[in-house]
Amino acid sequence: MPVQMPDINLVTLLPEILIALLSLVLLLKSAWGDENRGGSISAMVIAGVAIATAITLRGGDTTTFGGFFINDAFARFMKVLMFLATGLVLFMSQEFMRRNKFDGGEYQVLTLMALLGGLIMASAGDFIILYLGLELMSLSIYVLAAFRRDDKRSNEAGLKYFVLGSMASGFLLYGISLIYGTTGTTLFTGVATALQAGTGHISPATVMGVILVLAGMSFKVAAAPFHMWAPDVYEGSPTSVTAFMAVLPKIAAFAAIFRVLLVAFPTLHVQWNPVLQFLAVASLAVGAVAAIGQTNIKRMLAYSSIGHVGFILLGLTTHNALGFQSVLVYLAIYIFTNVGAFAIILLLNREGIGDEIDDYKGLARQRPMLAILMAMFMFSMAGIPPLAGFMGKLYVFMAAIEAGQFGLAITGVLFSAVGAFYYLRIVKLIYFDQPKEGAFTMVMDLPARAILTVAGVIILYWGIFPGALLAWSAAGVKVFL
Amino acid sequence: MSLNHFLFLSAALFTIGVFGIFLNRRNMIIILMSIELILLSVNINFVAFSHYLGDVTGQIFTFFVMTVAAAEAAIGLAILVAFFRNRSTIDVEEIDSLKG
Repeated sequence: MPVQMPDINLVTLLPEILIALLSLVLLLKSAWGDENRGGSISAMVIAGVAIATAITLRGGDTTTFGGFFINDAFARFMKVLMFLATGLVLFMSQEFMRRNKFDGGEYQVLTLMALLGGLIMASAGDFIILYLGLELMSLSIYVLAAFRRDDKRSNEAGLKYFVLGSMASGFLLYGISLIYGTTGTTLFTGVATALQAGTGHISPATVMGVILVLAGMSFKVAAAPFHMWAPDVYEGSPTSVTAFMAVLPKIAAFAAIFRVLLVAFPTLHVQWNPVLQFLAVASLAVGAVAAIGQTNIKRMLAYSSIGHVGFILLGLTTHNALGFQSVLVYLAIYIFTNVGAFAIILLLNREGIGDEIDDYKGLARQRPMLAILMAMFMFSMAGIPPLAGFMGKLYVFMAAIEAGQFGLAITGVLFSAVGAFYYLRIVKLIYFDQPKEGAFTMVMDLPARAILTVAGVIILYWGIFPGALLAWSAAGVKVFL
Repeated sequence: MSLNHFLFLSAALFTIGVFGIFLNRRNMIIILMSIELILLSVNINFVAFSHYLGDVTGQIFTFFVMTVAAAEAAIGLAILVAFFRNRSTIDVEEIDSLKG
């Protein structure tokens, strides 16, 4: 019997290999390194991420391990977003980490491993790989959420995230097992072929499987009604971790949702699209309404991120090229607005204040530049032109109208108007209220300045000249058309 | 023994696991056990399908699920130990310092 050699092309997963090796080396360094190893480990992580980004950008379209691992334009787009999210968040958290004694090295290693999991998810061509990537990312982030060992709220955040996240993985797995049972394969393309061959009869077990997989992924992106963990976990986790978990898992999970729905289940579009529409509208409603009463800014941003997930899902339900493109554009913009807003929260956190929205009262009187930037990030999240957030929402609505989903587009606009209320409330507090005694005396360090400048410039630039981003995202979605 | 027997068993275990997480009001350890139960029900599903389809992918998947379940249990217990040190309780009702 001839032995068939699997096609193994390690060059395809060069960025992943680099990140995996780096995280292992740094794990050893954090165990045996010298006293102040935190700074050098962070520097090595950021350098490694930069090199991996360069390798990813130069990569071509290849698959390896018999289609288990796919490197295409879409995967590269998502991976670059993930590298950006990780690098920027880690860079801006340096001072916060030093103050909170997070600089032993384990924190950075866990961040890298979460990134590795995310990269694997974006490239997965098979449910086994998808599951392993998802777990690597989730398990690392559970630990990060509980990283402040002596803080009750951090412990509790980690515990809640762990329990609900594990249950979500259970749903996902059960769904995968049903899909495997009805199609006889776990390969995305194989599932699609099997479903194509049996047209006319679609087993209810397959539909159940798709819905369970979708439910599991919705947990990871915190789409309503699977969002209940998000506000608690965002509030309880250390702020640098909140900033990280607001971006990386969402990008990775959306990459996976894209690939599962559009590569494995294009034939079941009629079945999963109503589910997506329901998730989108529910997330928009929860994101807009529940955020209004919040007094904690991290909690508010958690609800705000649920609302953003609603917009992204809205783009996905349109099922046309513009809609897919709008998802990628929205994610890219979402990273920079979130990184910017969290950079300011991390800065203020130094005073021992900064978690309550009232702590931002009167920021404009003492720190006019910071106030302008914060107002920009809030306006961008609310979707006010000429900032990038407006462009993101505009493309989603355009796609919905092009698909003839006028009801969804109108719902989106209405909830966007409701959501604007709480973003504008922060701007009002910053500009029209009196500051407390001795507030805002923090020192701006170089990373904070750099991150805020980059985020501010990019949000303004993409708001006025979105062409380059649009062209890049068009290349990214071409694989699904 | 037909495939359906295995699927019913696995569905029953899965349901018990999910209800164990939501209805349990006493102890965090029971929640961890429920999570394990969910993962094991999935394993039964995979192995049963694998046997009846005559395809090994499901059994390979089961190995991966078991490995990840071990890591998951370790991390869950570690977080729980940290929680217990601060709060001296693992009562589910006491996990309420964050509202919601």
